[in-house]
Amino acid sequence: MLTDVEAQALLLSLRVSLVAVVGALPFALATAVLLARARFPGKTLVDSALHIPLVLPPVVVGYLLLTLLGTRAPVGAWLLHNLGIRFAFSWTGAALASGLITFPFQLRAIRLSLAAIDGGLGQAAETLGAGPLDRFFNVMLPLALPGIVTGAITAFAASLGEFGAIITFVSNIPGETQTLPLAIYSAIQSPGGEAEAARLSLLSISLALAGMVLAEMAERRTRALVGQ
Amino acid sequence: MTIDIAIRQRFAGFELDAAFRIAKPGVTALFGPSGAGKTTIANAISGLLRPQEGRIAIDGRVVLDKSAGIDVPPRARRIGYVFQEARLFPHMSVDGNLRFGWRRAAQRASEDEFARVVDMLGLDHLLVRKPAKLSGGEKSRVALGRALLASPALLLLDEPLAALDAARKAEIFPYLERLRGRLPMIYVTHSLDEVTRLADELVFVKAGRIAAQGSVFDLLPDLEFASLAGTPSYGAVFEATISAQRDDDKLTVVAFDGGKLIVPRIAQPLGTRLRVRLRAEDVMIARERPREISANNILEAAIVSLRSDDDGHADVQLRSGGVKLVARITQASAVRLGLAAGTPVFAVVKSVIVDLR
Repeated sequence: MLTDVEAQALLLSLRVSLVAVVGALPFALATAVLLARARFPGKTLVDSALHIPLVLPPVVVGYLLLTLLGTRAPVGAWLLHNLGIRFAFSWTGAALASGLITFPFQLRAIRLSLAAIDGGLGQAAETLGAGPLDRFFNVMLPLALPGIVTGAITAFAASLGEFGAIITFVSNIPGETQTLPLAIYSAIQSPGGEAEAARLSLLSISLALAGMVLAEMAERRTRALVGQ
Repeated sequence: MTIDIAIRQRFAGFELDAAFRIAKPGVTALFGPSGAGKTTIANAISGLLRPQEGRIAIDGRVVLDKSAGIDVPPRARRIGYVFQEARLFPHMSVDGNLRFGWRRAAQRASEDEFARVVDMLGLDHLLVRKPAKLSGGEKSRVALGRALLASPALLLLDEPLAALDAARKAEIFPYLERLRGRLPMIYVTHSLDEVTRLADELVFVKAGRIAAQGSVFDLLPDLEFASLAGTPSYGAVFEATISAQRDDDKLTVVAFDGGKLIVPRIAQPLGTRLRVRLRAEDVMIARERPREISANNILEAAIVSLRSDDDGHADVQLRSGGVKLVARITQASAVRLGLAAGTPVFAVVKSVIVDLR
């Protein structure tokens, strides 16, 4: 049904998005909790800065990553020599770029769900003998779960469509960094590639639709699970 | 059982400065109008609020002493807290909610005890449900059970019935009454009716101060207390025991300190302790012992004092044996009968409310 190139692009897209979302999730959760709890000067500024990837052109994000993590850029060179980690021209770089760009989606959803939790529940848990970590893991986190799931799914969907940051940072290498949108772009660019572009676009649309349905189901299930 | 409380807390435009001691087991009502500072006191006792100054000791165990730097966190105070809005964990079943504090208790109650509390509160058929699927009354019962099963040394109840309608209140009362005697309770309420039914001791909070404290038997029939509280006098509340069952006319005789009352049949054994309430509007006054009257109960009494209001009513404070009574009559009647302090009269009781203890 799918050609090897198509299957490769599809699997790569899924892998990049999954790693992007799972990798960014702990940071989004920690940041959300910090912003919900801590009070420090310049909090509003930090808050705004965290949402910059939402409004910045993805190409700019890709460019910034390249200047920071490219093989000859300072941080990138250090990582490569000391830890053997290379982001440039690698699928992990695509995941990093996607994770960064979709980070605000996760952060926002988790923050909203944390803010919606009745503070009185934490107090009740406190009078029932629960310490701070106990309250976080057994009351706050389960109640924030619908938000975490919603955020992750939104970020995953947005990540599947990421183009500018990936092509700028890690280029368009079939089998390594050529995700679905990049494969569609390549097909359009090559003579006689219209049919291929149409097939890949159809695949993209099906994926998006399936994703939406899955997201809706997952959200309903988690909401029911936590009694909302 | 003694609880010593002295706290001071300043908010913008409001200062709470409350000190009182509870030296008896049973139910202590923290009674007063909304905004008087009752919940602030309850929160300070539980540890959820850290007062600016204060000392709180429960049975000699100091849980707060600001000057000595002692501030035991709420989780270690062993104080059960039943909040007005139940505050059940929505992601847990009723069973999960009940076991939350139970699991974390330093001395965990046995499974038998767990089952007894579940049974006492009628929660057996609700255990697998989520809080969203419970009625208001059921939520209150679960909240009560959850607090109890954490094995607290003291139970704080903050207006646990305020969010419920009259029918749900009536549903919860028997459960609260069953709890009396199991452990000391501090019951925050602005409802005089709840005080008359449940409380033994009354602490009256007004504008951030303790304006009066005493036994409900002393304070509720007290005209000065009614005047201070700004409420009409409730009437008499006192304890009694069943002293005889009259099988021929289906009546029960209850004895109290100062006499006997005849009430419709109470199907309980002799010696059963009761709380008797005689509302002020259910008591009439006669200068001579009435004959040929339908009322079953006529008590000899002496007038202690009178208090008139602006609507033509007069509350008459009476003493009959060892108990205080109140009769609400019209000022016109008081004048016509020539009532004054010291006048011997007969209190004609139209209706007696009896609560089982």
